[in-house]
Parts: sequence; C-alpha cells; structure tokens
Amino acid sequence: MSKQNEPLFSAKNLKLLTSPMGVQNPITVQVLGICSALAVTAKLEPAIVMSISVILVVAFSNVVISLIRNSIPPRIRIIVQLVVVAALVIVVDQILKAYSYEVSKQLSVFVGLIITNCIVMGRLEAFAMANKPWPSFLDGIGNGAGYGIILVVVAVVRELFGTGALTLPVFGEVQIIPQLFYDMGYVNNGLMILPPMALIIVGLIIWVQRARNKELIES
Amino acid sequence: MENLLNIFVKSIFVDNMIFAYFLGMCSYLAVSKTVKTSFGLGVAVVFVLGITVPLNWLLENYVLSAGALSWLGEDFADLDLSFLSFIMFIAVIAAFVQILEMVVEKFAPALYNSLGIFLPLIAVNCAIMGGSLFMQERAYATIAEATVFGFGSGIGWLLAIVGIAAIREKIKYSNVPAPLRGLGITFIITGMMAIAFMSFMGIQL
Repeated sequence: MSKQNEPLFSAKNLKLLTSPMGVQNPITVQVLGICSALAVTAKLEPAIVMSISVILVVAFSNVVISLIRNSIPPRIRIIVQLVVVAALVIVVDQILKAYSYEVSKQLSVFVGLIITNCIVMGRLEAFAMANKPWPSFLDGIGNGAGYGIILVVVAVVRELFGTGALTLPVFGEVQIIPQLFYDMGYVNNGLMILPPMALIIVGLIIWVQRARNKELIES
Repeated sequence: MENLLNIFVKSIFVDNMIFAYFLGMCSYLAVSKTVKTSFGLGVAVVFVLGITVPLNWLLENYVLSAGALSWLGEDFADLDLSFLSFIMFIAVIAAFVQILEMVVEKFAPALYNSLGIFLPLIAVNCAIMGGSLFMQERAYATIAEATVFGFGSGIGWLLAIVGIAAIREKIKYSNVPAPLRGLGITFIITGMMAIAFMSFMGIQL
C-alpha cells in the first residue's frame, strides 16, 4: 500500500499558514509572545526587524525539533528545545549585529529574549513535537506572521500618533502628517510613545477582534 | 550601601519588570485570576531571580566576557566568549528551576500542587532571562549589586502580579462589555497601572 503524499500547499497546510493571522492569533487569542510585542513597538523599524527575526526562529526551530521529535528523551525535552532555540537565536543575533547594528542596539535584550518567547516554546510543544517537518515549518511561519501583524499595527499606531512620522527599514524616517496640520494646531500625542499605550492598544485590538468573532468571547 | 538601596528601590518601582519592560507577561496574564496562586508564583519568581542573576553574574565575569578567563592563565586573556552568553544563561536558569522544582516537591507539596505546570514554566519566563540579560547589559560591578537587582526585580514582579490579581478578583462583579471580558480588560488595566508606576520615574535615593 503506498502512502498518499499530501501536496505541499494543500488546504490543510494553507490553513496552518492563515489561521494564526486571524482567529488563532498568537498574541490576541493564544496569549503568547506578549512581552516583546509590547516593548519593541515604539518605532516601526524595530517592530519589523523583530517580526522577521521571530518568524525565522519559530519556523526553523519548528523544523529542527520536528525532525528529531522521535528521538528526544521525554525527561530532557524542555532542555533540548531550549538548546535548539538558543542556538538559532544566537545566529540571528550575530546576523543582526553584523548587518543592522543600530536596530540591534534598539532591540537590546529583546533579541535574546526570543529564546523565552512563549510563541516559540508554545508552538514547539503544541505542534512540532507531534507533526511532520513541512507542516511544522508552515505553522511556524504562520504564527510568526500573526505575531508580526500585531506588532506592525501597534507600532504604526504608536509612532504615527506619537511622532507624526514612520521609521521604515530602508527609507528611514518618513514624515506622514504634513506640516500643514501642525500649523493648524495639531499636536503629537506624547502618551503614545510611552510603553503603557502598547498595552492599551493591544487591549483595544482584542476588543475589536472579539466583537467581530463572537466565538472568542470568554464566558 | 546607598548604591545597593538605590538599585533595590529602582528595580522594584522604576524598572519594574512588568510595567516598564513587559517581561513575564504570559504567566502574569495566565496565573493572575486569584491572589493566592499569584502570590505563590510571585514568591517563586523572586527566589529564582534572586539566585540566578548572581549565578549568571559569576558566569559572565569569570568565564564569558572579553578577557574574563584570564584567571586560568595568560594565554586565555584574549578570549571573548560573550556570544555564548544566551545559551549559558538559559542553561543555568533551566538547571536551577529543575532543582527548585525537586526541592519544592519534597518540602512543600501543597505549593507544588497548586502551582502545577507553572513551576517548570518559570524557566522560560522572560522576566528571569531578562533579569540576567539586563545584568549583563548594565554590567554591575559587584555580586552584591547583581543580587540586590535580582531580588528587587523579583519583588517588583510579585507586586505587579498580586496587584492585578486583586483587581481581577474585584472586577468579576463589574459590568465589563463581553468582547473585553477576561483578557482585553486585563490589558487595559495593566496599561493604566503602568502609567501609574511611571510616577516613580526619576527617584534617586
């Protein structure tokens, strides 16, 4: 009897990619990865760099753990996972320091904290330990992208209303709100640049998401 | 002595792990439904932070940073192992949490049962790793400073989680809109507590 190989981008696999960007969002629904999502969103560029780093780490650690999942002794499971993730994060950190030094300084300890980012460990435990490498890879990309979407949304809101400009990766700082508005009396919202606003904005995003998807409401 | 007191107070109120840096949010949100379990978890975090930060300080200053290995001999003086710090720190933390879990299981089985899965999960709590990484970034000069910083950060985290648990117990009787119930309102309240804690900025002893 031959095994029917599932096509690379079958409906089931595509769902792994898309559901974390919506109803299975790691930050607003699964409540994972909150820490770094709040801290690096003062400007847009660090948020984008952080999202890309997390996508890479989650995807590749999912693949590695999925490949060796049948030979990990259960007692040292967490330690093996931590070692794999730590090694990947060291690589990402060194790449960031080499090619994007200013952003790496802005992200400071939060690159290292990707190791303890609950999304990475959460997906390893919940998915990679029980699934094949390719679905695990897609699951990693999907969850990383879901995380990235929230980060970018929060960063755009905070930086746009807090400074009137957006810091893009290649183009640098781009003034969005025209000088005309300032002349008419518009003032930047200083509260947006402060860390607590990130918490409140995520709370509002959760409000909107749950109002649109009634099944997410807690009883 | 004054310097130590300064670091202690700063790490509890100004550099609060939750309100200033948002570290340890996942278990903060998950465990803060009752004050009792929050207090137990908070004490465990104080303990883990208070011990792992000085341990990692020793590792950082005598093994990892540039030139740290010079006590082994002249030829080791130009070695810089700092790229290994992530993996060494997390290994120390994971090992210590494993030992703590065994000790708690033996001497305080009631606490062990009430904490459940969250005791081993302290190992991956960003606040613990964050404590060690901040210690490395700020390069504390003595082990006393590192220890005080560790305990202070833990106490700050404990304050935050007990605070939000107390509030969540009270708002059970409030009329929160359905989509905001549970997670959403907790985020917003935490944001407001964070704004309140900003009033501590600039404290100098």
